[in-house]
Amino acid sequence: MNQASQPNDSPAIRIFDAENMRRALRRIAHEIIERNRDLGALVLAGIPARGVELARRLAADIETIEKVNVATGVVDVSMHRDDVRRRGALPVVRASELPLPLDTRTVVIVDDVLFTGRTCRAALDAIGSFGRPASIQLAVLIDRGHRELPIRPDYVGKNLPTARSERVRVRLEETDHEPDGVWLVKSPNEK
Amino acid sequence: MNTDWSRKDLLGLRELSAEEINFVLETADAFKQVGTREVKKVPALQGKTLINLFIEPSTRTRTSFELAAKRLSADIVNITASASSLTKGETLKDTAKVLEANHADIIVLRHGSAGAPQFLSTHVRASVINAGDGAHEHPTQGLLDLYTIREKKSRIAGLHVAIVGDILFSRVARSNIFALLKLGARVTLVGPSTLVPRAFEQLGVAVTHDLEKVLPEVDVVNLLRIQHERQRKEYFPGLGEYIRLFGLTKERARLLKPDCLIMHPGPINRGVEIDSELADGAQSVILDQVTNGLAVRMAVLYLCSGANGS
Amino acid sequence: MTATIIRNGRIIDPANDRDEIADLYLVDGKFSEQRPNEFEEIDATGLIVSPGLIDLHVHFREPGFSHKETIASGARAAAAGGFTTVVCMPNTSPVADSPSTIGWIRDRAEEVADINVLTTGAISKNLAGEELSPIGSLAQAGVVALTDDGRCIQNNELMRRAVEYARMFDLPILDHCQDYNLVGNGLVHEGYWSTLLGLPGWPGAGEEAIVARNILLAESCDHRLHCQHISSAGSVRLLREARVRGVKISGEVCPHHIALTDAAIENFDTNYKMNPPLRAQRDIDALLDGIADGTLDVLASDHAPHAKFEKEVEFDAAPFGIIGLETELGLFLDLLVHKHKTIDIARLVALFTMNPARLLGLKSGTLSLGAAADVTLINPALEWTVDAAKFESASCNTPFDGWKLKGRAVRTIVAGKTVWENAL
Repeated sequence: MNQASQPNDSPAIRIFDAENMRRALRRIAHEIIERNRDLGALVLAGIPARGVELARRLAADIETIEKVNVATGVVDVSMHRDDVRRRGALPVVRASELPLPLDTRTVVIVDDVLFTGRTCRAALDAIGSFGRPASIQLAVLIDRGHRELPIRPDYVGKNLPTARSERVRVRLEETDHEPDGVWLVKSPNEK
Repeated sequence: MNTDWSRKDLLGLRELSAEEINFVLETADAFKQVGTREVKKVPALQGKTLINLFIEPSTRTRTSFELAAKRLSADIVNITASASSLTKGETLKDTAKVLEANHADIIVLRHGSAGAPQFLSTHVRASVINAGDGAHEHPTQGLLDLYTIREKKSRIAGLHVAIVGDILFSRVARSNIFALLKLGARVTLVGPSTLVPRAFEQLGVAVTHDLEKVLPEVDVVNLLRIQHERQRKEYFPGLGEYIRLFGLTKERARLLKPDCLIMHPGPINRGVEIDSELADGAQSVILDQVTNGLAVRMAVLYLCSGANGS
Repeated sequence: MTATIIRNGRIIDPANDRDEIADLYLVDGKFSEQRPNEFEEIDATGLIVSPGLIDLHVHFREPGFSHKETIASGARAAAAGGFTTVVCMPNTSPVADSPSTIGWIRDRAEEVADINVLTTGAISKNLAGEELSPIGSLAQAGVVALTDDGRCIQNNELMRRAVEYARMFDLPILDHCQDYNLVGNGLVHEGYWSTLLGLPGWPGAGEEAIVARNILLAESCDHRLHCQHISSAGSVRLLREARVRGVKISGEVCPHHIALTDAAIENFDTNYKMNPPLRAQRDIDALLDGIADGTLDVLASDHAPHAKFEKEVEFDAAPFGIIGLETELGLFLDLLVHKHKTIDIARLVALFTMNPARLLGLKSGTLSLGAAADVTLINPALEWTVDAAKFESASCNTPFDGWKLKGRAVRTIVAGKTVWENAL
């Protein structure tokens, strides 16, 4: 079979369109509200770049539902990663932004895709360097499995069974200048 | 999101593009914030070994690199000229080879000879960071000066920067000139004609020997340390005359725009390049430079080390 | 009897005003007009038949620095470059400032060298610039010139007496022109690149001040004074004016000073570090003008070997100098004759033969009947690539490795005997 060489041209299955995504986020917002009595103590901390946008959308949803302004933040993980030497190009480092002190806060880490769990571990370390929050939770749009660390999400938009060689492509208007959506991309090398 | 940074070495600012310089400054923003955290340490360079090879004495730069490396969780060893085998006749190349055999990942080199870091980089796989080579370049000082200007003025392009003092022998001046011009600033060099020869105009800067004429026009005045005691006796008559002509006195400082920044790479000769009160005054950003130096050096170590991994 | 006929080459013999296609007879080590009966024949069709080339400025490093070059390896390099006669500088260890050292070098050359290795004596004892060396004894020991090369006598009074005294023995003075105060710790041409790179500048005035001094002394002492490796435009101007007036002053040019500008130092490669330094394009232009109008009438290499480990150091710690014997003729042919068309090949031959011979009072440098049969066969059109790994020299400190050049020597003959032949 004639396979395209560009990853973006590889066969892709759409998992979410914009409407699916909106609904998934709205559901996560409801779950966050249910689990956390004191929404004022909450921080939605996104991992750059898409996690930051997802955290903003969740905060907007919560405000719509509960009329409460929830704090958002940025947790940059690049200087806490343990695989810098093994990746081709360096991740861009961004400054973290968290409301301090964290002691009485519940931090919800927000990211687009949960895979090995290493990014999440780095986020836990990064948050730890700012202080000791009362608790930390994890919200992800897609959980694609293949965990390499004992990490489990508290909120999941969709559980998506994948092969290791496949990729999950997430696109958001604000970060990617493309319509919202999630695709499962088959490896171009697969026969 | 990945970067286009592909340099394992930082040898000077002349070879960097404006985009690369901006990228280091943006990366430094993130590292500056680490200094405000409860735990001022990140694991980015965990397991890496950094050697501070200082063949020429320096306290500030060496300390700044050492702190930067420690905040990045690297292991660090300081080697100074007197403690190195160079005093026993070992060549710089052999010294570096020995360091590499000890698995050094990054060598930060301060050396009296222009081009020494470049020479070293051709002989070792480790990242080589220039911490000042002769009168050639001092790239991290140039970057921290730019970072400080950008932080206070929100931009570099369009600003007018005066660099005052011993330009001929200054690596700080050269690194500043190269980077400021790339980012679109105007640069005027001020000092005695022996230390600020007209030849510098070929680099794209203005040269003047009239400090008072320049002061009202500039957004930043960067005062370089002036030396007379040792090697400069043939270049100007004495410190007294230097202060009369080129010292930033309180009277002269009145000519400055109210928001003009006063910078100095240190160590300061109080009462020579700059009046003592001015050095501590509202316009002075001298201590900000030190703080920013740490962030800039963390960014440089992080980027060069990352680019040397694959 | 040994005899050779060099057949059908273009014979260029400036001293005898000869430039024709003819056969040349070499009999018993001398040029002969008698066609021999038994002979070896060399077909020189398409080649230049030149008097053996002379390089009056080389460093063979023996005694004292045989890890850089020996008289044997230096002589082989010279032969490979087309040179039948070289003049060694006295900055050996011990310095060639005594008859015994001169004697040692001459004996050694006799033993190991196939070419004529001539010696110079130091002007001042131990090259210290303080007192005269025993110039009369050096003359008797057979030096062909006096020089403190590598150093420059700063004391004008001492230099004046040296010129006056040397005149008594008809020994020319060769001077490395450098004012120590003006040059200071200068490493590279003072100009754009020194400003940019923060390297200490070596201003043209540092050479010109001494060239001017030498002109005054050559004139007042009425004796031959030769300025080595002229590098700056101002020096050319001074020499031109003096030579027009008939002052016995001369100047030489090295290939690197017309092949490269100071822009070459950008990467701090120590193979571009020489003294005097590479200069700006306007200096190169002035040197070319000086060669064209005869102001500069001697070409030389300043062949200065240094071991790899000595050059593989920081720029300011590296010794000055590059080797040149094996690239010199190719560079000058390529640049002066082919590329810039500064001079024709007959003039080039004169600059390598007659002119240095006259300066030094040598009988060689001609194809005159009865003279020693030193011949260089040159293929001016042969294109070749410099390969430092294949040099005969013991060192390889050259910036010209990999250069493609047009023209080179293909056979070197000393006293009728072929001492080197191009393997190509």
